[in-house]
Amino acid sequence: MTAPSHPSWGRYPASQPARVQRPGARPSALPASDTPVLAYGNGRSYGDSCLNNDGMLLDMGSLDRFIAFDPATGVIECEAGVLLADILELVVPQGWFLPVTPGTQFVSVGGAIANDVHGKNHHVAGTFGCHVRELELLRSNGQTVVCTPEQNADLFAATVGGLGLTGLLTRATIALKRIEGPYMDVDTLRFANLDEFFDISAASDRDYEYTVAWVDCSARGTNLGRGWFMRANHKPALGQQPDPRKRGGPTFPFVTPVSMINPVTLRPLNTLYFRRKFKARSRDTQHYQPYFYPLDGIKHWNRAYGPNGFLQYQCVVPHADARTAVAELLERIAAAGAGSFLSVLKVFGDVQSPGLMSFPRPGVTLALDFPNRGRETFELLDALDDIVRAAGGAVYPAKDARMSAAAFREYFPNLERFQGFVDPAFSSNFWRRVTSTTTSPS
Amino acid sequence: MRKILIVGATSTIAEQTARRFAANGDALFLTGRNEARLTAIADDLKVRGASTVATQVMDADDLKAHAPMIDAAEAALGGLDTVLIAYGTLPDQDSCTADPAAAVAAWHTNAVSVIALLTDIGNRFERQGHGTIAAISSVAGDRGRASNYVYGSAKAGLNAFLDGLRHRLFKAGVQVVTIRPGMVDTPMTADFDKGPLFASPEKVGADIHKAIEKGTAVCYTPGFWRLIMTVITSLPRAIFHRTGL
Repeated sequence: MTAPSHPSWGRYPASQPARVQRPGARPSALPASDTPVLAYGNGRSYGDSCLNNDGMLLDMGSLDRFIAFDPATGVIECEAGVLLADILELVVPQGWFLPVTPGTQFVSVGGAIANDVHGKNHHVAGTFGCHVRELELLRSNGQTVVCTPEQNADLFAATVGGLGLTGLLTRATIALKRIEGPYMDVDTLRFANLDEFFDISAASDRDYEYTVAWVDCSARGTNLGRGWFMRANHKPALGQQPDPRKRGGPTFPFVTPVSMINPVTLRPLNTLYFRRKFKARSRDTQHYQPYFYPLDGIKHWNRAYGPNGFLQYQCVVPHADARTAVAELLERIAAAGAGSFLSVLKVFGDVQSPGLMSFPRPGVTLALDFPNRGRETFELLDALDDIVRAAGGAVYPAKDARMSAAAFREYFPNLERFQGFVDPAFSSNFWRRVTSTTTSPS
Repeated sequence: MRKILIVGATSTIAEQTARRFAANGDALFLTGRNEARLTAIADDLKVRGASTVATQVMDADDLKAHAPMIDAAEAALGGLDTVLIAYGTLPDQDSCTADPAAAVAAWHTNAVSVIALLTDIGNRFERQGHGTIAAISSVAGDRGRASNYVYGSAKAGLNAFLDGLRHRLFKAGVQVVTIRPGMVDTPMTADFDKGPLFASPEKVGADIHKAIEKGTAVCYTPGFWRLIMTVITSLPRAIFHRTGL
């Protein structure tokens, strides 16, 4: 028995490419294929945007070479399969850091651009795409197109957040950010409900470069939206410090027969986490690894969700109705007894991404995991979509495996313009789903 | 800081090993057949910290090209103290069975040309009185098996050559490292179904780097192959001949 190759991080849906090719060197043209083509980076997209059932996957993991790095300016050029972890390992000792990083360092540069990823510093730094200086695309018409925010700017804008559909991204140039050392000053505050979250967030965004909150998605009533607010800045130099890198941490050894996160364990796990500290506030110094990437410490943690995998749901709702919409979303999730203990709330800033199809926009974002319990999970997520649509928000394609074509069109008003830049040779499970004209039963 | 010549530097295993050397600030001279790939790898190793990286296109099958290449490497790095032989071909056993010329060509690349190179380099290192010579052989050299005995026998010849070279150069203070990887997930094995015995090139590269740093005489990588090959080499013929190995 062989496991399906190249799954997505949520391990749902099952998908099998007809062919997988792993380019040994940076290709100068696309390989010939009579089925749709899609680049696969490191498989950290949760849903089906990195899947290409019956099509050709180009496994970009072998394109992991640096091309140039100037330690004086912090501009780095690399192949698309280089992982953010590889960049950090190289540049942190030289006083540089990623301008934007998502919650895992095990994503490829190509994936970070194609999904226009964001991080805890969105309110000051915008998305990853805001820091891309240049990228190279191979198109199926045989052209190699170099795009920058100024040169071929339309194609650049379509490619940032373009879900890998505008051609094969082979290399990119990124502007890094200066740091004095690998440590973070972290301030953690408990909040009792959603109102307190909004107050702390508003008070923190000016003085803290990184802000994010964990919420107890099982709490209801007066406790609705309680959690921990974590705000941080890079710490000024400490001198030479040991580097406790966590790359070689333990591995979650196997797919459990049932999800470890289930209605029995959900409330105790959340309550325990909410009560983990006696003090309502604590300040400490943390290495950037556990601060930014707590889950990277356990390889394959996604196996804990059992054989059916899980669905992640991340939405953003505009500021205007944010308090009501987020409360409604949380209430709905808590009432269903669904969710997980990995629920995250953050206020996005208004730094505009160059990406035509970029997900982040001014407002409040909520992200949660849901163990895949079949129909009831999908119905709940559809109900969450109704709330998000009514509030004029959006759902994050990188984490989605089920939104309807109609919802997608509403969330991404630039869709029609974007379609003009999609390379006809490229497609994905996600793309076929959200552009299908037939309505499928959800 | 080491001054390292890597012959066959575009191999995936060699590249992973070279990244470890680069991170230590070592100086590297890379040869391979494909200029574009050599250049891409050289750029990467410079970014990763190599103090010098120079390249030369060479087909190791061309024995006359060896001595000028070694001269060029010594000139570029100001001498050499480490050599890694990383090239090789995995010929199709069926074509080697059908065609004597294919069998001889497999031997020429995997054994003859390496012996030629290492004879020259061995003499230079003996004269300078120090250095480390490492060559990537294979577990396939431990016992001839129907599935790949032409490749395996070339590697067995190489193993015996390296044993003798190690014996001879011991007095000169030169170390000889025989690397015997098992199955590795590289372009060389792209057409194979990957089972649990396949190792990543990163792991194998790390093992090779460590073996060179320590001067390990014979390095199986990953280490469990030593056990597997002990079992395979001690199988009685009566049983061995009934296997599909």
